[in-house]
Amino acid sequence: MAQTVIDTANHIAAYAAKAARVQVIAAYPITPQTSIVERIAELVENGELDAEYVRVESEHSAMSACIGAAAAGVRTFTATASHGLVLMHEPLHWASGSRLPIVMPVVNRTLGPGWNIWADYTDSMSQRDTGWLQFYCADNQEVFDTIIQAYKLCEDERVLLPVMICLEAFILSHTYMPVRIPDQDKIDDFLPPYKPKWFLDIDNPLSHANIVSPEWYMEFRYMMQEAMENAKQLIPKIDKEYGKYFGFEHGGLIDKYKCEDADLILLTMGTIGSESKIAVDNLRKEGLNVGSARVRVFRPFPKEEIRKLAENTQMFTTIDRGISFGMEGFLAEETKASLCNQEDQPLIAGFIAGLGGRDVTFKNIEKIAKKSAEWMRRGRVEKETVWVDLRE
Amino acid sequence: MMVSIKGLPKEEYLLKGHIACAGCGPAIGLRLLFKALGNKVILVVPACCSSVIPGPYPYTSFAVPVQNIIFEATGATASGVVAALRRKGVKDVTVVGWAGDGGTFDIGIQALSGAAERGTNFIYICYDNEAYGNTGVQRSGATPYGAWTTTTPTGKRERKKDMPFIMAAHRIPYIATACPSYPLDFVNKLRKAKAIEGTKFIHLLAPCPTGWRYDTSKTVEIGRLAVQTGMWALFEIEYGKFKLNPPSDRLIEKTRRKPVKEYLSLQGRFRKLTDDGIEKKQKWIDEDWERYHKLVSNSTSDSALHGKI
Repeated sequence: MAQTVIDTANHIAAYAAKAARVQVIAAYPITPQTSIVERIAELVENGELDAEYVRVESEHSAMSACIGAAAAGVRTFTATASHGLVLMHEPLHWASGSRLPIVMPVVNRTLGPGWNIWADYTDSMSQRDTGWLQFYCADNQEVFDTIIQAYKLCEDERVLLPVMICLEAFILSHTYMPVRIPDQDKIDDFLPPYKPKWFLDIDNPLSHANIVSPEWYMEFRYMMQEAMENAKQLIPKIDKEYGKYFGFEHGGLIDKYKCEDADLILLTMGTIGSESKIAVDNLRKEGLNVGSARVRVFRPFPKEEIRKLAENTQMFTTIDRGISFGMEGFLAEETKASLCNQEDQPLIAGFIAGLGGRDVTFKNIEKIAKKSAEWMRRGRVEKETVWVDLRE
Repeated sequence: MMVSIKGLPKEEYLLKGHIACAGCGPAIGLRLLFKALGNKVILVVPACCSSVIPGPYPYTSFAVPVQNIIFEATGATASGVVAALRRKGVKDVTVVGWAGDGGTFDIGIQALSGAAERGTNFIYICYDNEAYGNTGVQRSGATPYGAWTTTTPTGKRERKKDMPFIMAAHRIPYIATACPSYPLDFVNKLRKAKAIEGTKFIHLLAPCPTGWRYDTSKTVEIGRLAVQTGMWALFEIEYGKFKLNPPSDRLIEKTRRKPVKEYLSLQGRFRKLTDDGIEKKQKWIDEDWERYHKLVSNSTSDSALHGKI
């Protein structure tokens, strides 16, 4: 029976793993991911989840164990955050290069120093070039739904790449929200068991991930890029299909809100996107023609959709919970890169906000939008990157 | 249980065309590994000589499924494979981690330690050529005192880690040392390991003509001298009980052991070792054997090694 539960995104992620009938979990605890792996331990030990749970001794080993398990042909799950994710950097590349459909919630948290456990996208953004797909969630329902969708997507032969499900520390991870958990039979129907074509099989002894000379290496990398492009096609379809099954859709690649007639579009990610919608409603009451576009999928980056949005608007304002030092916000970079070589580009202003868990509320966003609108009217962005509410 | 050379299976799962150096000790070890365990084996191989030996894509000379993996991850990746097989209910496949000394003593010791502590049901074999061979002979934690490597051009100044006893401290059910020069000993130990549930660690001293600087025809002889001088002892620690195996079991008395100089003088890597250095090494070997002697005496009583550590 479908049921509504009120729980944290971390517990919801554990329930999604159970609903997806994951077979092997290998994980290591780190704040603020811990309540995912704790809840999974309970589910495994009380028999609700029929899975092997490998309590490894580091995140590096967590991902390395997931690689072994996925290569042996089972549905595999782990979760991490922050320093744990960056410790995984090497096996992250190995997982995607091995074309293994591993799904991993990443509870977005800062990197030290100094020690800080609050929300920030620096961890997952620093892994954006590892060949993993990246989804960024705005609420707990989306966390559940995206984990189920992610297995369907990444186990598709046209994709076969691992997926990060990114959710912000505490803002989602430890916040109770109502979530609709669908009927298990229906989930099983939507997401059939994982049946890989290639796995570690004594009847078909292949060498997985062995030496590849320059004659072949590029072709393998090209296929990964193709898989990313395929994923871009499949994500909106799977999201729609999920919606038909269970009643929830999350916007495919970009969750758009009142963008059709907007002069100014706020480009955001994660929970800032939820706050943005409130800001949009408030600003529209004040006569500012603004819309919100929450980029749900950062890899593959939806550049075609960004271009489409750009056609009918005068300005983009990006809000980034992270920065590429020496350049600018990650979303700002990708937005600009997407519009390169396009005619009639909108103005683009970049705002950095909410680093280290600092709150980004609709009020901050309204201020950002008003500043942007001022520049839009003047036809000129006066400061390329603005740090919001910075103590100076 | 015991086999003879003639009794070994004819099947070869290390196929022709592999690209190991002439006289490669680890390649002999691989051939024996497959002879002992057959082809119902999944091999986990980190970055090491053995990730090169099978040759490049689209070919391989290993006729079993192999998961190649990053340098430090053998123990962890094998844990994942073992967990998946358990979940699938596969019972007749042996998971084997096959890693070099760098991947075992140094960069991979954490993942190995974790896998052992979790009681992961697999055989971990460290084929030890006492240096980072694949990258051109740099020192590792397994390189012995006095040995030349490209990063110890005047000889290593530190001693080798005592890896089997580090594993013994994990209280795993089976630990053994071996050497390709004693093939039946190695094969028997592999077969014994296969039958035991839990983590099994086999430390294979694998002479390397390229790194040790000796003639490629002398691999077997060098391995024999390692054992005959007592520099390398063949032993098992089974459920905590220490036992010397032939021919090492006859070498407790010092007079039965050849002087270590006979082993060292055949290898170019020890050319710069002074007489003092040789004496030091001889003294350490003798001390090791005093320890083995005590362990053998203790193991005849009820007290097992685990209680002693």
